[in-house]
Amino acid sequence: MRFTRWFLKPAVFLACLWPALRLAAGAAGWHGATLGADPVAALLHGAGRWGLNFLMITLCMTPLRVLSGSSLPLRFRRMFGLFSFFYLVMHLLIYVVLDQSRDLHAVLEDVLKRPYITIGMLALAMMVPLAATSTQGAMRRLGRRWTTLHRLIYPIAVLGVWHFWWQVKRDLRQPILYAAGLALLLGYRYWRERRSQARRLSVSRLAATDGA
Amino acid sequence: MRKRTSTPGIRPSDITPERVFHSRRALLGAGFGLAAAGVVGGRAASAAPATGVLPFTLDRADSVADRPNSFEDISTYNNYYEFGTGKSDPAREAQHFRTSPWSVTIGGEAEVRGTFHLEDLLRPLPLQERIYRFRCVEAWSMVVPWVGFPLRDLLQRFKPNSNAKFVAFKTLYDPAQMPGQRVPVLPWPYVEGLRIDEAMHPLTMLVVGLYGKVLPNQNGAPLRLIVPWKYGFKSIKAIVEIQFTRTQPATTWSGAAPNEYGFYANVNPAVDHPRWSQATERRLGGGLFAPRIPTLPFNGYGAEVASLYRGMDLRRYF
Repeated sequence: MRFTRWFLKPAVFLACLWPALRLAAGAAGWHGATLGADPVAALLHGAGRWGLNFLMITLCMTPLRVLSGSSLPLRFRRMFGLFSFFYLVMHLLIYVVLDQSRDLHAVLEDVLKRPYITIGMLALAMMVPLAATSTQGAMRRLGRRWTTLHRLIYPIAVLGVWHFWWQVKRDLRQPILYAAGLALLLGYRYWRERRSQARRLSVSRLAATDGA
Repeated sequence: MRKRTSTPGIRPSDITPERVFHSRRALLGAGFGLAAAGVVGGRAASAAPATGVLPFTLDRADSVADRPNSFEDISTYNNYYEFGTGKSDPAREAQHFRTSPWSVTIGGEAEVRGTFHLEDLLRPLPLQERIYRFRCVEAWSMVVPWVGFPLRDLLQRFKPNSNAKFVAFKTLYDPAQMPGQRVPVLPWPYVEGLRIDEAMHPLTMLVVGLYGKVLPNQNGAPLRLIVPWKYGFKSIKAIVEIQFTRTQPATTWSGAAPNEYGFYANVNPAVDHPRWSQATERRLGGGLFAPRIPTLPFNGYGAEVASLYRGMDLRRYF
């Protein structure tokens, strides 16, 4: 317990920050680091990619807990979820400030006219209430509704992968990989849900037979 | 000079000025006729990065005043799907691409046809440097000092007949050397085309060099097209075939995604790509906070080329 809190958590935290530090180093040109000829695109895509990566990692925690039998993964779920939010907010800021040069009119036009940007924005907007209710206090206050609210993560992930898929020009191998991973993660949950429903049903039938 | 052909070709006597002859010697030394080097150094020698200096004259009249991007930017960031779909893939994967020996087949609706050694094709053509804007369909742009010659100077020597309404170009197909061709991201080989008047336009260039040196492999060596008023994907690389055709050739991107990429692909801020705006572009090289700049019709070459499209609906023929 103490090991997790004082060593493992800070170590994972720093590891999650690493991609951001690398992008920042490239942007600032520290020690010859570079983001190549199009640094804005490198930052935009880097932040977006890591936002999506952490979203997928977050979704891995529940299956990992079930499969490993250890509750350790659940202790990292919030951190990963918040890192996903952090990278995606960065993604949005880079898009507005650097890519679109703070031209809010152009941004608005993009959001309204370009479906892949529309769904990306929608997904990020849906993440805001999740990030805002990520504290212990909020969990306690919301009780069972917290779980219901946080199921939003599933449509968010679908929209996120879709957003990625839609802006790729031609080579779909990467988006297909993410879509397959997501299908696996969501499929696992669906399968488990079905199984536990079936079990509940058979248990109640059994109970009914016993009572007869 | 001719190879595998019986068509009357271009005679060596076509070489006129001495200067051109010398430039040919320089070309050979610079890496075009690397047969000898290949024998000495094997693969590594012919794969030597383009360092040879080319003789050329600066064509100021056809150059833009914009500041060219760095050699580093131009040679490390581009699309060349034959070597991978990432922007930095070509610089890495094309290192060992063999550009010599190289031959180009020219055929179709022309009096002179055949397969020619590249150095023979280039021999009579004096090289010019032209600083052109380069606008990618992905809404980024650069300014590039190309070295080459007007495409028409080459095409006219083949005496296209009156049936030649279009010119089709084909990239080398060699999956062993071009790892991107092992993946069916696009139908290979890459094909591009121009209407004959576009091909004969004085701004349309065949390019063999960059920044006064032999064209780097990743930028389309040994021979590529540059059509500065069109999106970059029209400017086909590593050309092995040029055909004069009666009908509009089926080109790669316009075939792969016809609703997104047209045959003409003229730079046009008024016609958006279905998924992104073409109204503005990011001129690379300006750093993180450089604002986007407005995209110009025909990439700023409207005065020279707009007349080619008079009366055409450019929304339809995008």
